[in-house]
Amino acid sequence: MNIVDTLGEHERSVLIVLNERLSAKAIAQLTKLKEIEVTRALQWLDNKELVKLEKENSKQIMRDINGEKYVKKGLPEKVFLKAIKDGKKSPDKIPLEREELQVSIGVLKKQAAINILQPLSFEITKHGKELIDKETLEEKFLKELPKEFDSLKPEEKFAYDKLTARKQLVKIVEKKTLFAVKTEKAKKLGKIKQEKLIGRLTQAQITSGSWKKYKFKSYDVNATVPSARAGQRHVIYQAIEYIKRIWLDMGFVEMEGTLIQPSFWNFDALFTAQDHPVREIHDTFFIKDPMDARLPAKKLVEGIKRVHEDGGDTGSKGWQYKWDPKKALLNCMRTHTTSLSARTIGSLSEKDLPAKFFSVGRNFRNETIDWGHSMEFFQVEGIVIAKGVTFKHLLGYLKIYYKKLGYDKVRFRPGYFPYTEMSVEPEVFHPKKKVWMELGGAGIFRPEVVKPLLGIDVPVLAWGQGMERGILEHLKLGDLRKLYATNLTGKRQGWNKCQQ
Amino acid sequence: MPTINLNYKTVKKALGNLSDDELKKEMAMFGTDLETLDKSGITVEVFANRPDMLSEFGFVRALQAFLNIKPGLRQYNIKPSGKKVIIKPSVKEVRPYTACAIVKNLKLDDEKIEQLIQLQEKLHLTFCRNRKKGAIGIYPSDKLEYPIEFFADAPKNVKFVPLGETREMNGLQILSRHKTGREFGHMLEGNSKFPFFKDSKGEVLSMPPIINSEFTGKISSSTTEVFIECSGFDLRFLKTLLNIVICDLAELGGEIFSMELVYPDKKLITPDLTPQEMKLDEVYVEELLGEKVNIKKALGKMGHDYSKGIVKSPPYRVDILHPIDIVEEIAIGHGYDNFKPVIPNISTIAKESYVSQVKRKIVEILIGLKLDEVFTFNVTNNRVQNTMLGYEEKIVEFSNSKSGDLSGLRRSMIPGLLEVLQKNANNEYPQKIFDMGTTFTKDKDQETGVLETDTLGVLLSGKDEDFTKSKQILEYLIEILGKSFKLKQRNFTEFIEGRAAEIIIDGKVAGKIGEIHPEVLQNFKLEMPCSAFELAFLD
Repeated sequence: MNIVDTLGEHERSVLIVLNERLSAKAIAQLTKLKEIEVTRALQWLDNKELVKLEKENSKQIMRDINGEKYVKKGLPEKVFLKAIKDGKKSPDKIPLEREELQVSIGVLKKQAAINILQPLSFEITKHGKELIDKETLEEKFLKELPKEFDSLKPEEKFAYDKLTARKQLVKIVEKKTLFAVKTEKAKKLGKIKQEKLIGRLTQAQITSGSWKKYKFKSYDVNATVPSARAGQRHVIYQAIEYIKRIWLDMGFVEMEGTLIQPSFWNFDALFTAQDHPVREIHDTFFIKDPMDARLPAKKLVEGIKRVHEDGGDTGSKGWQYKWDPKKALLNCMRTHTTSLSARTIGSLSEKDLPAKFFSVGRNFRNETIDWGHSMEFFQVEGIVIAKGVTFKHLLGYLKIYYKKLGYDKVRFRPGYFPYTEMSVEPEVFHPKKKVWMELGGAGIFRPEVVKPLLGIDVPVLAWGQGMERGILEHLKLGDLRKLYATNLTGKRQGWNKCQQ
Repeated sequence: MPTINLNYKTVKKALGNLSDDELKKEMAMFGTDLETLDKSGITVEVFANRPDMLSEFGFVRALQAFLNIKPGLRQYNIKPSGKKVIIKPSVKEVRPYTACAIVKNLKLDDEKIEQLIQLQEKLHLTFCRNRKKGAIGIYPSDKLEYPIEFFADAPKNVKFVPLGETREMNGLQILSRHKTGREFGHMLEGNSKFPFFKDSKGEVLSMPPIINSEFTGKISSSTTEVFIECSGFDLRFLKTLLNIVICDLAELGGEIFSMELVYPDKKLITPDLTPQEMKLDEVYVEELLGEKVNIKKALGKMGHDYSKGIVKSPPYRVDILHPIDIVEEIAIGHGYDNFKPVIPNISTIAKESYVSQVKRKIVEILIGLKLDEVFTFNVTNNRVQNTMLGYEEKIVEFSNSKSGDLSGLRRSMIPGLLEVLQKNANNEYPQKIFDMGTTFTKDKDQETGVLETDTLGVLLSGKDEDFTKSKQILEYLIEILGKSFKLKQRNFTEFIEGRAAEIIIDGKVAGKIGEIHPEVLQNFKLEMPCSAFELAFLD
């Protein structure tokens, strides 16, 4: 890239005049550019290493409040003289404040520009008439401000001293002044010609065809640009979309349901004995008010009661205790989306088979949030209800799911859940850490679960896989709280995994 | 899940000196979760359905079968002891049952005593549900004079020195002064009589389920013979519990002796170690597993015997309820990793839920409008949901939360969004965010008494993000969703008066919109103007 082609008009102008160390202001005067344009051009030239910039502190003389006022209206003594130009006048006829009046009288008297008469009135002298149209040093100085204090000429210094003696006419402001000097690299470019270049292309240039007359300015393609701001999905929901797609692709129907569940659906229908520790207050959130839910149809409740007590007609011994409907009423926050699976099976009959369902939903446990636990967590749930499905098919679905999540090596360990048999804990091999990671549970629903709900004993393959741990792994985050948080800055983290 | 500690050397020796890696793999494929394994010891997690594995003896027994070192059902002999336990009618109201046995010829050392204590503690905690369902007492037999008596009496009347103490206490004093008494006292509190075991000399053995006597209830390395009682409310459960304990002791070389239990209305002999029998249909096994496996061999590895369609299982197994449980034993014995995963050929038509589809539409629209989706929680508290927004009403609350900050469920999406902004107060503006989730309100017509509504919350923050900006988004959204809405001016405490409205769709209130009140902004420590709306998007 030819560096000269990247130079805009302003940059060129600056380089053309920059034959010695100059302040931005001096450059502005020489190039007839505005100071802000020069500053910007210098910044670009600096980026291209064509100039070296230095900042120096300097004292700048500026107009103060009264200075601004008088530069428009004229100094009070001038206003005074103009007022009495055509004849003598009393003080109340002169358009000045009391203070200004007094100052003016003092100044004009000293210059012998007025006579003071009795009773009090003022008359202009001949000398006074000459002064009306003559610009004083102070006036000239005030008009030319701002100026740098250190480079005042003697007559300017004189004017400055006079003005500072008066109230709020001028002030000193500390200012940083920008100085620039050409670098060796710039000197090697040789003589720079001024040339009109097209910067940002305009609609007018396109329609008129005027772009044909000029060269396009080259851009530095490696220059940094400000971050784009976009709306984005939260990374958790992006991951959920990815996971949902896997099951939808395999023909699964999505299940939905409430987050509060009667204990009946969260526990009892899933053959979880009423004294099981998960039903204790340490583990599960229960609702204070309304404490109780309604139970489903009597026939179903009776069926569940029987499998718990003696197995009913399922061929099971049951848990051998007295089942209490009051405990089944208790409203709780669902501890697993398996409660949805139970409800779904309960809504089907033989003619609806075969059927496949899934859900990705939130669940709750009585905990506070820390790096590795949360009171709310997601579960990826699935069931396959079909005559003839087997344990090998269960492993098949789990294996393909984990493969699509990017884990090639999966193993299946025996597990334990009250509602499945075989129970499986799938584990994936972490290729970098070289360890087996447990990601959830699975199994075939027990006849004690399926028969009361569906009316017949059909194998139901079921799984409930944790979700957050896999996402943390993929995003290389070590803390759940970072996953849930939303940081509204620049580019947010996204889910970039694709099925391989 | 309970974890237990095992001795590294003992376990390695008993399991044929496998390498650590082989041992780890075998344990995993047997279904126990290994926490640590090195020379200093082994810690494993035992599933709740296997209380018989809560000691080294039971654990090693199971693994020895699984590794084919000693496969098949293990039988233990019982000889009659000729000793009796007399159960008085007085226990009927407070603790009606006990099951007992004697084990002789034990060779105990400190390590084995530690395993025995671990077994007792873990059984109490898990299988006995923290002593609620039953409690185990083990006593040195040489200190006792038989017959033993199980009786109940007013707690003031019975005194003994509880374990770990030097002074005699009566039943009430134990409940108030002894550490274990304070921990488990609630199980006896309120009863006019407490249950006790005593021997024929009148020496008190224990006050179940709380504490043994220091004198008669302490096992030492010189103990060779023990009396074991399990007491509680369900005789069937207690007999199983007793079987677990004595079969573990039998693994230590102990010999089991039965006792005669003289109940007021019947006589019983315990223990009963008859194997459990279950009929098994081999077709059922093959149908579920998806292939034919060697059933006898697989069951042998799990400690069962199989012959001609009948499975015999150990009397200490509590998890065989249905033939399906035997099928799982076969699958584990065969090895889960020996089953080849297969996808079945089942054709079904996929369908995404209606809620998900509508949500996706909304997300597409809002992302297009450059809003950021954020993540908020359902679980929150009254301060954030109500007080900080100027409401006095209450959210749907939990009865048992461990934390005041997590006391119930949100009724509005807006406070959670304000919390997100609070955490981003120092970032670039405007900040335009949304989330879709569930809001909770009481409603008698619902199954649970709570109506759960799918709700969208939108919150805009920045110097120009006023009512107009929120209304623009609402208008755009509703139009694309193919509906129409009306706004009906109404004041809400979280919004500035006169700059808020109800959103009405199809004649029903579907949400609210407004500019957030500066007082609310201050409550959330926000400095930028905000406007927001909330919409029940399915109605």
